[in-house]
Amino acid sequence: MSELALPAGAARAARAARSASARTSALVMISRSLRLTRRNTDALVTALILPVMLMLLFVYLFGGAIHTGTAYVNYVLPAVLVLCAGFGSALTAVGVSTDMTGGIVDRFRSLDVGGTAFLAGHVVASAVRNAVSTVLVLGVALAIGFRPHASPVGWLIAAGILLAFIVAVSWLSAVIGLLAGSPETANGATFAMLFLPYASSGFVPIATMPTWLRGFARHQPATPVIDSLRAHLMATPAGTSTWQALAWCGGILVVSAAASAVVFQRRTARG
Amino acid sequence: MASDLAVEVTGLRKAYGRLDVLSGVDLTVERGSVYSLLGMNGAGKTTTVRILATLARADAGTARVAGFDVVADRRIVRRRISLTGQYTAIDGAQTGAENLVMMGRLAGLARAAARRRTGALLEQFDLAGAARRKAGTYSGGMRRRLDLAASLMGSPEVIFLDEPTTGLDLRGRQAMWQVITGLAESGVTIFLTTQYLEEADQLASRVSVLHGGRIVADGSPGELKQQVGGQRLDLVLVSGAAFDETVRRLGRRVVRCDRAELTVGLATDGTAGHVRGLLDEIDPGRSAVQRFAVHAASLDDVFLALTGHSPATTEPAHTQKENSHV
Repeated sequence: MSELALPAGAARAARAARSASARTSALVMISRSLRLTRRNTDALVTALILPVMLMLLFVYLFGGAIHTGTAYVNYVLPAVLVLCAGFGSALTAVGVSTDMTGGIVDRFRSLDVGGTAFLAGHVVASAVRNAVSTVLVLGVALAIGFRPHASPVGWLIAAGILLAFIVAVSWLSAVIGLLAGSPETANGATFAMLFLPYASSGFVPIATMPTWLRGFARHQPATPVIDSLRAHLMATPAGTSTWQALAWCGGILVVSAAASAVVFQRRTARG
Repeated sequence: MASDLAVEVTGLRKAYGRLDVLSGVDLTVERGSVYSLLGMNGAGKTTTVRILATLARADAGTARVAGFDVVADRRIVRRRISLTGQYTAIDGAQTGAENLVMMGRLAGLARAAARRRTGALLEQFDLAGAARRKAGTYSGGMRRRLDLAASLMGSPEVIFLDEPTTGLDLRGRQAMWQVITGLAESGVTIFLTTQYLEEADQLASRVSVLHGGRIVADGSPGELKQQVGGQRLDLVLVSGAAFDETVRRLGRRVVRCDRAELTVGLATDGTAGHVRGLLDEIDPGRSAVQRFAVHAASLDDVFLALTGHSPATTEPAHTQKENSHV
């Protein structure tokens, strides 16, 4: 008993350690989010399988009718990877929102866990989920005829751009999760991220789109990310797409991180 | 700093929009005691606790917990307190043990120490058998106990319990009372809010009644009962007219009344002379009162006399209480 709830005097030494370092907090939050992800089997399977199903759908159903000057799987793969990030981000938004509606965030705050560590847990878990689904999609793509020409450096750059995109989109989803009043709303609000890749250069060349849509398609974040991924994977000229992609990702990340700090403060300072 | 007070609050005010939740709360809690803040749903109990636990900020007033200011020294305060709220702060998808180890690590314990303390707390709170089960499969009472255990991982010296038994059945409530009594014996300070008088009576050595954003009464359960005379005279009246006349005549001295049952209760010291005097005063014509009885006063009477409202009963609640903090 006495060891469990120590009297004021005896507890002093133990209390000196109370409150973990920021690094430990972040690591604990990351392992928590990863564990929760692993145990949420339904959502995990959906997030892993859906992108593969979509790729098969596009390649075999629509692919024959879409002319891109190359095997369609070579053309569409980057778009499927970007879609993956969208699916994964919905889980992030729902996870953050679920935490916010329960009592656990108060407990974390009373242990001095800041908003950044809390969200970092969710974002890192999202990145890991996406890495797994990306590998899965790549594996299936290779099996159905995807033939990349990337050099090792090309692969690294492609992986880096994808990772930057995933982290940016996950952090944005985390903000959506903070803002949403309920997990359901959070889920619905990430819909835009699933839509963006469709209105980009990802599935059909922009030149085939109606004129009014081309302006949007050229100047939205999914297009440079997809163009750059495609160029590095297929060893074709990337032009300015890589820098544009990184600028978009950096911009989204900075804005989301700043917004999340403010929103976390606001949401948790209530009541 | 070397004060004997674990909690020291003066002039605490908090409004949400135009709604005043706290309008000048003063209270003190001695180190090592069990203190209960008693009030109805929406009285401001949760708001008070959140301010003291550094999770919300007061609009005015000062609060010191464990000797430190809850605003200026909030990081120090956080290291010395724990809060168990009305919503269990545990992950349903993690096992009981995983939840505790996680909280221990966040509280700054090394991995091995966190595991040791987890084992000890699970044992103490009668959860050792369920340690490897996901917390989502626990009963309501087990979840509350796990939640409380989680809050104790960092060895706090002031423990805030916000309505620890709301929504629990009788068994769950009694198990929780045992756990709280055990904690109190170990010398920590416990600050608990409740809407159940019986709970305050059972656990606390000091009780403050929070009503309308202010402390309207303060003292030991016995002292509070003394305020209404220690005994209660219950009258059954003959008619609705006699009831209305009696209630009008007694005004604020009525500590409980029920028109449907035609009953009126009022404070007395229980002596024959006092009871006779009251009966003569109320019923000079000797026709209005049908029967009378004298009971020991309960905290219910105190509450009713102070606030004009019936408190919650300790019947097992079948529905989870709704959110009472704004």
